[in-house]
Amino acid sequence: MTDSRRIFLLKSFSATSAAWLAANWPAQVAAAEKAQAMGGFTYFTPAQAMEIDAMAAQIYPTTDTPGAKEAQVVYFIDLALVTFAADKQAVYAQGFGELSARTGGKPLGSLAAADQVALLTGIEKSAFFKTVRDHTIMGMFSAPQHGGNFHKLGWQQIGFDDSLNFRAPFGAYDKA
Amino acid sequence: MKKYSPSEEVDFVVIGTGAAGGVMAKQLAQAGFSVVVMEQGPWGAYGHEQDYSKDELSNRFPAEDDMLLSDPKVQKNTFRRNANEKAVAGNHNYGCVVGGGTITYGASSWRHLPWEFDEASRFGTMTGTGIADWPVSYAELEPYYTQAEWEIGISGPNLKTPLIAPMSKPYPCAPLPLKSSGFLMQKAAAKLNLTVTPNVAAIITAPYNGRSACINCGMCSGYGCQVKARSSSAVALLPIAVATGNCEIRVHSYVREINVDASGKATGVTYFEKKNNNREVFQKAKCVVLSANGTETPRLLLLSKSNRFQNGLANSSGIVGKYLMSGNGGGASGLFPDPLNEYKGCVTGAAVLSYVPNDVKGRGWYGGGRMTARGQMSPIQYGLAGPHGAPSWGAGYKKALVEQANRRLTMVNFISQLPVETNTVDLDPDVKDAWGLAAMRITSTSHENDFKAMQFFIDKSVEILHAAGATEVWADQVSDSRGGAHARGTCRMGNDPKSSVVNKYHRAHDVPNLFVVDGSSFVTGGRNHPTMTISALAYRAADHLVKAAMTGNVTI
Repeated sequence: MTDSRRIFLLKSFSATSAAWLAANWPAQVAAAEKAQAMGGFTYFTPAQAMEIDAMAAQIYPTTDTPGAKEAQVVYFIDLALVTFAADKQAVYAQGFGELSARTGGKPLGSLAAADQVALLTGIEKSAFFKTVRDHTIMGMFSAPQHGGNFHKLGWQQIGFDDSLNFRAPFGAYDKA
Repeated sequence: MKKYSPSEEVDFVVIGTGAAGGVMAKQLAQAGFSVVVMEQGPWGAYGHEQDYSKDELSNRFPAEDDMLLSDPKVQKNTFRRNANEKAVAGNHNYGCVVGGGTITYGASSWRHLPWEFDEASRFGTMTGTGIADWPVSYAELEPYYTQAEWEIGISGPNLKTPLIAPMSKPYPCAPLPLKSSGFLMQKAAAKLNLTVTPNVAAIITAPYNGRSACINCGMCSGYGCQVKARSSSAVALLPIAVATGNCEIRVHSYVREINVDASGKATGVTYFEKKNNNREVFQKAKCVVLSANGTETPRLLLLSKSNRFQNGLANSSGIVGKYLMSGNGGGASGLFPDPLNEYKGCVTGAAVLSYVPNDVKGRGWYGGGRMTARGQMSPIQYGLAGPHGAPSWGAGYKKALVEQANRRLTMVNFISQLPVETNTVDLDPDVKDAWGLAAMRITSTSHENDFKAMQFFIDKSVEILHAAGATEVWADQVSDSRGGAHARGTCRMGNDPKSSVVNKYHRAHDVPNLFVVDGSSFVTGGRNHPTMTISALAYRAADHLVKAAMTGNVTI
């Protein structure tokens, strides 16, 4: 996966229905990939992408190992919102407003890390946060073709081998 | 594939393509009868199984044509605990594709034990339950179990123990790998004096009947099998039915009614044809076989009201839909020091059989269960569920998630559920499905006895996990079932038309040419591993039905 594919062109699918998107997912993915190849986000504005990237970075942080930022989870979520999670667009739209109210309009990522955690802890019961949490985790651990889990680094962290073809012994306790 | 015109009177319409419908279609078509099989769902990857997706995200959010299960938003259903409650939106679903639930199931294939057919006589009944003997004995069914195991393709151990039903022929395939979870069970078994065996599964472990052995891909339960190792109805049975030239499978055909004439005989079925804007089509047939699963089967009978059958078809007894057993579970989980990597291989490696038998005096409750050890979690599933005893996001979440990865073992138990008359499938008076038909309403609360059973198995699971060397163990809460793929009992079989829906040959007492063959025929529930018994019952039903139909009179 090249980095140039990661510079996305703004493109809106807001008029399309969730049912249509679900039925046309593969076609939609192809269309989004074409948009990405031209450079840009499919759904988010650059400012929105920055907010989600900052949230994802707190939900699955970079520690001594890579986190959601390195796994490029924001691109997964961008694609999710025009495909299987199109019905969550309204949750995000409302969430951006609430987030901005809490940060006083500043980008979340510009706050000190501890302040970001405190702010997110304050909204962790909200539909917006829960949705971003689930989407971040899906982005960490779904196949890279969906936009996240860059270089399979999410899978590596949890020891998942995607070969889909194994012979016993599988683990530590069934070795002869 | 042979095509029939709806106006052409075929010998048989079979409703459903799953474990029972597949057997019925194959046996009837091979005997030379004309058969149309109605399937509500799509083809799936029938005939091009390599195209089944192993992608977890698209499996979780399938496009419409890739759906393998029914969608509770479309195949709407409601749920309530008892008749005094107003039912709320339910999440019951089932296999909805050519092959039915056998496309995605875990594929455990245990026979019922001989004494699971006459529990009322052997152990007595219990107040508040409908425990009764089956009109079929294990001895009568045994040859059909054997036939089913060899035709469908079952792998399992060949052990002689009273905890496994006696078999006239061994399994055709050697068992699947025990996995790390199975080895840990053996360790516990040595300390606790338990009987642990490899699982019995409809998954082949060597090339068999032109199909490939399991490659232990790990994306198993919930996914279609790309190598045709899972012995689904769609790879083991339906292709043989189609190859006779007598059988047509009609997909996206949702049967809304079994039609009858003035004399009370079935004349065919009316279904919605999706490809033509869901127009209603009538398929004429001499005989109807209903194999739509333990919840849709009674619903279709209740939907098939007529002047003659105002209470629903085949329901003079008033017990269509009653005695629903959806199956109870509950267990415990533990963490082990090293990775088990349970995500590799099929979902179940081993079973603990020691608590399968009844021990009413010893335990103080009626029934038993089969325990299985497993830890299979695919990456998204694991991440969303999160690590045990940790925050749901942030650095603490990540640390625990990575530390616990692949080290979890969960005891998943398959526990008896007693038949209770007030546990029912019926028609919701208010809610309609996507086709405008009355939605399925499930009403269910397990008998108090079953809560003791669930607690017993939760406690045993904790004990076994400790004995196996778990460093941390946590128990499930007792949780009563709310539906699901193991539904049984809703058109129970029996000799008395007043207290049963079908006779011992699965013919509806009230309708001479209607056969109901699936989990709904069960009288008691066994240990919540129903599929092998559904298959065996279907082979037996087909055998008698073919013989009768050859003489021109199916009224057996």
